[in-house]
Formats: sequence, structure tokens, C-alpha cells
Amino acid sequence: MIGLDIGLLDLVLEPLRYDFMVRALVTTVVAAIVCALLSCWLVLIGWSLMGDAVSHAVLPGVVLAYIVGAPFALGAVVFGLGAVALIGLVRGTGRVKEDAAIGIVFTTLFALGLVLISVTPSQTDLGHIIFGNILGISRGDLLQIGVLAALVAAVLLAKRRDLTLYAFDPAHAHAIGLSPRRLGALLLGALALTCVVALQVVGVILVVAMLIIPGATARLLTDRFSRMLVIAPVSAALCAIAGILGSFWLDASSGGLVVLAQGLLFALVLVLGPRGVLAARRRAGGDGIVPARA
Amino acid sequence: MNAPPALALHQVHVRYGEVTALDGVDLELAPGRVTGLIGMNGSGKSTLMRTAMGMQRPDRGTVRLAGHDPARARSRGLAGYVPQSEAVDWDFPISVREVVMMGRYGHQGPLRRPSRADRAAVDEALDRVELADIAERQIGRLSGGQRKRAFVARGIAQDASLLLLDEPFAGVDKRSEATLVRLLRELAADGRTVLVSTHDLHALPQLADDAVLLLRRVLYHGPVAGALEPAVLARAFGLDPTAEVPA
Repeated sequence: MIGLDIGLLDLVLEPLRYDFMVRALVTTVVAAIVCALLSCWLVLIGWSLMGDAVSHAVLPGVVLAYIVGAPFALGAVVFGLGAVALIGLVRGTGRVKEDAAIGIVFTTLFALGLVLISVTPSQTDLGHIIFGNILGISRGDLLQIGVLAALVAAVLLAKRRDLTLYAFDPAHAHAIGLSPRRLGALLLGALALTCVVALQVVGVILVVAMLIIPGATARLLTDRFSRMLVIAPVSAALCAIAGILGSFWLDASSGGLVVLAQGLLFALVLVLGPRGVLAARRRAGGDGIVPARA
Repeated sequence: MNAPPALALHQVHVRYGEVTALDGVDLELAPGRVTGLIGMNGSGKSTLMRTAMGMQRPDRGTVRLAGHDPARARSRGLAGYVPQSEAVDWDFPISVREVVMMGRYGHQGPLRRPSRADRAAVDEALDRVELADIAERQIGRLSGGQRKRAFVARGIAQDASLLLLDEPFAGVDKRSEATLVRLLRELAADGRTVLVSTHDLHALPQLADDAVLLLRRVLYHGPVAGALEPAVLARAFGLDPTAEVPA
């Protein structure tokens, strides 16, 4: 038993003897937490596809920011919100449905990003933005990510009640003099900034997973939004740790393993959780599903 | 009676593209009355409510709530809205109490931290609609009638003087409907103004003091009995658009 305990401890401590692994771990956990917070609202509003769109659409913004030497966050927010505006514009013609509008706008912007990367001579490999480069995170990157993540998390938590109202009943938000439009924009701005945080970890392509899975997992475990806001970040942080440590020992893609861990946890909860597939079958096999009414 | 009308629409026109939804609506609702809003599908009932709440901007005409312009009335929390059932995500992870607390947001600071007064108002509203004992339930785990009462409680907690209910009786069983009708009558007796869109004509005499028949404009506004005259109904429901209303 003692031997096994030490073995488990080594499993965790051995990778942490390397500075780059510590930075990778901290960055991934921070990114996972802020993505998970945001995901609680995204999955309830039904904005998963929007998350996908914005996370891809920020790519040209980040590359342009690199070219002119501006902060990545600025480029990301401009292109993230710009993409949302474009989607609205395309849909507003009335001939193109929303999912098509989203598909057209984000793939085109993503393609623009790819083209810009291919023609931009750069010291750092901008291709890392696409697949993430968590093991190459510098001290400066870590600082930027930490500041952005703290800012987004603080705003989301401070405005959580308004954002939840917006997600649940925007008509009532309007009725009591709040602006649903502004609350939506706040959420989209947070989404764009979160993409900057997360794309250095898992890359543009996998960001969307971190923006959907933790919220969906939490929703399976509770009927209370306030608890989702705890469960989602905690589960995402644990998956981040598991993914990073796993990547050290397996010598496999760290971003890939983080998302894989989140996906596996979701599947586990979906099957075994209190509202999962097995529980539903047990209830149906027992005295039937009890209708909930007073 | 010098109080301004709880809701006043003057020559309101609303158009969606080619389709005219409201075509010169004039309507004034006096405080303390329940009014039934009657009309067939597409007659503009929902548009009228959305316009009154400021969710739809009229192309022409003016809207006043208790004498205020709509934006000011909204920020004062004067108008409460009970949405149609289809418009609500019943799977949303939120309890009945949390829904009712949303009625208090306009009275709270930017962080919406509930004060003792807010909690008391929510408790009182829950008592009023008889949902206090199931206040912690997820909103979707209520029956159709209870769901409506939860949203009415939100309007009470908000202290709205005008309550708009869009098709509240759809999918609600008869007993729950009677409970809801009694509740709305009590709220009117307190001096609130209640506007209910419905196509349940049978419930109308118990529910409402007045009826408004709508077909893109107001065809009739007066006592319920008058609205139920066959000739009047025929006009609103388009059976015979040329039929004259008997004087």
C-alpha cells in the first residue's frame, strides 16, 4: 500500500520538477476554469455553435495583432465581436438561416487566419495557435493569461445573476429596464477573451470543447445553476490536471488529452450519473417515472 | 378618477416586413380592472403585448404606461410580463424561488444581492400564489397552472402595477385555471391592471371585467357581455368581416 501511495505521488510530483510543466499545469487549470464558468451560460442559452464560431473567428485577429505588435486580446475581441455582427448581418437578409450564417462566417474568417499565418514570417510558430502549445508557455504568456482569466472570471461572477436572467428570460430582463442586448454583448466579449486564454492551451480547434463540455457535465449533475458554477470549473480543473500529467507520462498531445479527459468524464456522468442513462432505466424498471407535481 | 390610464396605446402601427400586425390600435386600460384580449391567431395579440412592453418598437403611434414613456416605466418596474409557455425553457436549472427573486432585480444594486426586504417580498409573493411549500423545486417540475402562478408571483414581487399575461390558460387544467382566475381577480381588486390574452371565451365572464376584440385594430372594447354577442365575435374572428356591430 505504502509503495503504491509513493508511486501515485511520484506520478504527480515527478513532472512538476520541470518549470515548463508547472507553467503548463497552472495555465491549463486557469484556462479550464474560466472556460468552464462561461460554458454554464453557453450550454443553457444554446450558444455552443456560437462558441465554436467565435473561437475560430478570433484567429485572424490574433495573427494581425501579432503582425502589428498589438495585444492578442485586442485582435481577438475585435474579430470575435465582428464575427457575431457579421453573422447577424448575413442572417438578417432573411434568405440564410442562422446555422448557415454561422458556418459561412466563421470558416471564412478561420481561412483568412490560415492564409495570414502562411504569409507571415515569424519567430514563434503561429501554427501553435491552431493546435495550442502548452509546453512552450513563457512566463510572459502566463502573466497575460492569468490577468485575462481573472478579469473574465471576475466580470462573469459579478454579473452572474443578470447573465442568468438573460439566459432564462431576456423578455423579463427587458421588462425591468435591463438591456438584453448589452448582456448578450457582455457574454460574447467574455467569450472572445476566453478564446485568447484557451487557444494557447489547446488551440483554436479544441477551445470549443472546453467551452461546452464542463457546463454540459455540470448540468447533468444538478438542477441548480449556482451549483453548476461550482461543479463545472472543479471538474474542468481536475480534467486539466489529469490531461497535463497524462501528456507527460504518455508523451502525447496535452491539449488533446485535456479535452479527452473532459469528454470521458462527460460520458461517465451521462451513463452513471444521478440523471444518467442507467438511473433512468432503473426508474423506468421500478415503479415507473413519478410525475412531479403537487 | 384623475389617474392616467395604466396602459395607453395611441394609433399604434406595427409592420413585420410586408405583414401588417397592428394597424392603428387605440386602447386605454383603466387601473384596477381585468381585461381579456381576444382575437384569432395572427390578430396581433402577442404583438400588442410585446409593443406595450417595449419589446417591439411601433412603426407609428405612441405607448404610455401609467403616463410614463415605456423606457421609464420599465426601469421603474411598472409592468410585469408572463410569457407564453412555449417561450420559456422549462429545463433551465432554476428554482421557483429564484424565478420570483428575478422580479426584485430592478429594486437591487448592480450585483443583485438580495436584501432582507427582497426576501420578504419574495416570500409574500410565493404565499400569495400558494407556491410557498414547493418554492425550492426546479421550475419545470411544476404543473401548467403552477408554472403560470410562479410567473405571476414574479410580477407581484416586482410590484408591477400592470400585468400582461400571454395565453396563460393554454395547457392548464380547469381547476388550475379557476385558481389562476381567482388570483388575477384579487390582484385587480388591489388596484393592479391585468391584461390577459386568451381564446378561451367560456372563461371570459368569470375572468374579466372588460374585453378587447382585436383584428389588427381594436374592434370592440367594453363589457364582456357585449363582446360575446355573436355579431361582434363574428367580426373579430373574420366570419363575416362586413357585419355591423349592433349599437
